[in-house]
Amino acid sequence: MSETGQPLGANKIIEELKRAGIHFVVALPDRTTSRHLLEAMIRDPDLRVVQVCKEDEGISICSGLYCTGQRALLLIQHTGLLDSINALCNVAVEGQNPVCIMAGLLLKEPGVAPTQSKRYGVRIVEPILDAMGVEHHLVEDSEDINKIVPAIDGAYARSGPVVLLIGREPE
Amino acid sequence: MMKRDECLKVLARHRENKIVVPVYTAAQEWIHISPSVLNYTFTWAMGQGSSHALGLALGRPDMRVIVLDGDGSLLMNLGSLITIGHAAPKNLIHCVCENGTYETTDALPIPGSGRISFTGLAQAAGYPKTYEFEDLQDWERDVAHVINEDGPVMVTLKMVPGEEYPEDFDRLYDLHHREAFRQALQK
Repeated sequence: MSETGQPLGANKIIEELKRAGIHFVVALPDRTTSRHLLEAMIRDPDLRVVQVCKEDEGISICSGLYCTGQRALLLIQHTGLLDSINALCNVAVEGQNPVCIMAGLLLKEPGVAPTQSKRYGVRIVEPILDAMGVEHHLVEDSEDINKIVPAIDGAYARSGPVVLLIGREPE
Repeated sequence: MMKRDECLKVLARHRENKIVVPVYTAAQEWIHISPSVLNYTFTWAMGQGSSHALGLALGRPDMRVIVLDGDGSLLMNLGSLITIGHAAPKNLIHCVCENGTYETTDALPIPGSGRISFTGLAQAAGYPKTYEFEDLQDWERDVAHVINEDGPVMVTLKMVPGEEYPEDFDRLYDLHHREAFRQALQK
């Protein structure tokens, strides 16, 4: 991860999500991802975007979709992830549901590891996920996009959640 | 007011091959009243039943999904009414078992008990059809029509506790039953 790393391509992220079999995107707009990623998803005829009012709804919607054989992504902001800890703990972890979450790290400084951020709310995200035993990956530079397919395939293989933390605004 | 178990027995006679998502006390009773591999009891967190049901309804538009929500549960996830109204799944029937209390915690009253209207909230959220029943004979007469209408449909069922059933949360969240449910939908 570097401050001058290659930008994240929104189209490339969408391409990889499709390669991972994602058809449903359950979303609540996030400042890091809404402009280039979510807007492109809404326009994409191959994706069905389901808008939610609160992020924890999305964890349960993705779990219901899993039982029907559909793969889904929950696209939210890290603040919404923190607000959804109960659903993440019970529905996703204890319920062994492969809930795949992409969460923008609001106002994280480019090139700075999340745990080193000056922002308390950003610093605590990875330690909380570690304490919960939830697998997570940072997607900040263009090469990190290669983490998406194995992360999602892995979540479905072990029937457990995964969180992809988006470290900078995709372009 | 209907007794809950009597109300659920009427529904059980008309469910056919529908997926049913019961929560809390209704779930404890429903698994005995209408045992089926198509019972989805794996909601895990209070308030989340309607959201699980939405996922099921979107993923299997060829099947009908009935959620047996609680009034206290729905109050924890009122935004799901807007989400469901916006997603507009025709195959989702949202029943609210309204008894005005948090029954599993000493039956303390819910906020707004007796004053709020779940059908009114659902109408405002964009549910095209809403119904309210408090008489068992009326429910018996209309249930077949109501649960086969194009939705999302809101059905408020005003009720009081009836016969007592055993409480078994381990069974409700059992992962082997969840896997059997999942496999049944893959066929």
